[in-house]
Amino acid sequence: MNVYLEIFTTFSKIGAFTIGGGYAMLPIIQREVVEKKGWLSKEDFVDVLAISQSAPGVFIINISIFIGERLKGFKGSVVAAFASAFPSFAIILLIAMFFSAFKDNQVVNSIFTGIRPAVVALIAVPLIAMSKSVKLNKYTSLIPFATVLLIVLLGISPIYIIISGALLGLFYFYLVKR
Amino acid sequence: MIYLELFITFFKIGLFTFGGGYAMISLIQNEVVVKHQWVDASTFTDIIAISQMTPGPIGINSATYVGYSVTESVWGAVVATIAVCLPSFIIILLIAYLYKQFKRNKWFEAALKGIRPVVLGLIASAAILLVTTDNFVDWKSWVIFGAAFAATQWGKVNPILVIILAGFVGFLIY
Repeated sequence: MNVYLEIFTTFSKIGAFTIGGGYAMLPIIQREVVEKKGWLSKEDFVDVLAISQSAPGVFIINISIFIGERLKGFKGSVVAAFASAFPSFAIILLIAMFFSAFKDNQVVNSIFTGIRPAVVALIAVPLIAMSKSVKLNKYTSLIPFATVLLIVLLGISPIYIIISGALLGLFYFYLVKR
Repeated sequence: MIYLELFITFFKIGLFTFGGGYAMISLIQNEVVVKHQWVDASTFTDIIAISQMTPGPIGINSATYVGYSVTESVWGAVVATIAVCLPSFIIILLIAYLYKQFKRNKWFEAALKGIRPVVLGLIASAAILLVTTDNFVDWKSWVIFGAAFAATQWGKVNPILVIILAGFVGFLIY
């Protein structure tokens, strides 16, 4: 089979069958890319994950670009990224086209009135696990609070806070190194 | 020019999102709800709910959805979705070429150390900013919030199931 076609079918499968965020996709990607296709070794896969996670952007798109590039250079990366984004693009487009028509329906409205507070809870839940894995100390634990104050009360764009965080990290490293 | 604005906005979102989909919510919210007011807070919450229930990452889902609803055209969805992916292309391809050097770069690692605590704050802000009177209509909303939080955090219930159950409860009580 044509390699591009193989890349396309593999990544569109990954895009179509992963529900609930990037980390839920990892076992599926690993099975397809490492075990079934043998495109990457286990060690390489871990490196690809680490880099895709630390780079900005959508996790799964980063992974697709990285693996696609390894297989077939730039063209491979375009095919892989397109394939993994396409299923969600098509599904959401259909929903967006028809959801506005249903939105004023009383039943749909009741259902979403129930769903909205649950969504807020779903966003809040990962905070607990993440605050443990980030390993905050006395000083760095001030950063999340300062971030919340700046965004919620002062309406400052998260972009500036991310840049400040990066600079703070670099500055601290520079001081420690000296 | 709405298409150019969409492109710039989602390019920025793609460029500055570190730490996964939940951190991205805060950026999308700031750009799309607060700055451009393309959608209101409750529509934004609906988009997140739909993103959770459908396949694919939230960054792609919300770009597609917002792009379509702002322009009422498929091309808006295409432009926003490409824009959110484009920074990844540039950065990941660069990294792929410099792979070995980058892997253990101390400065890169130091910058990330500073970003990680910020990401926590971003996610918390996203949740706080969604606590609006449109999303929390009465005390029952808070009961749903508490139950959903407990079920996912301690009950390890699948988030998709939580959304479906919350929708069912909403159907019954509202």
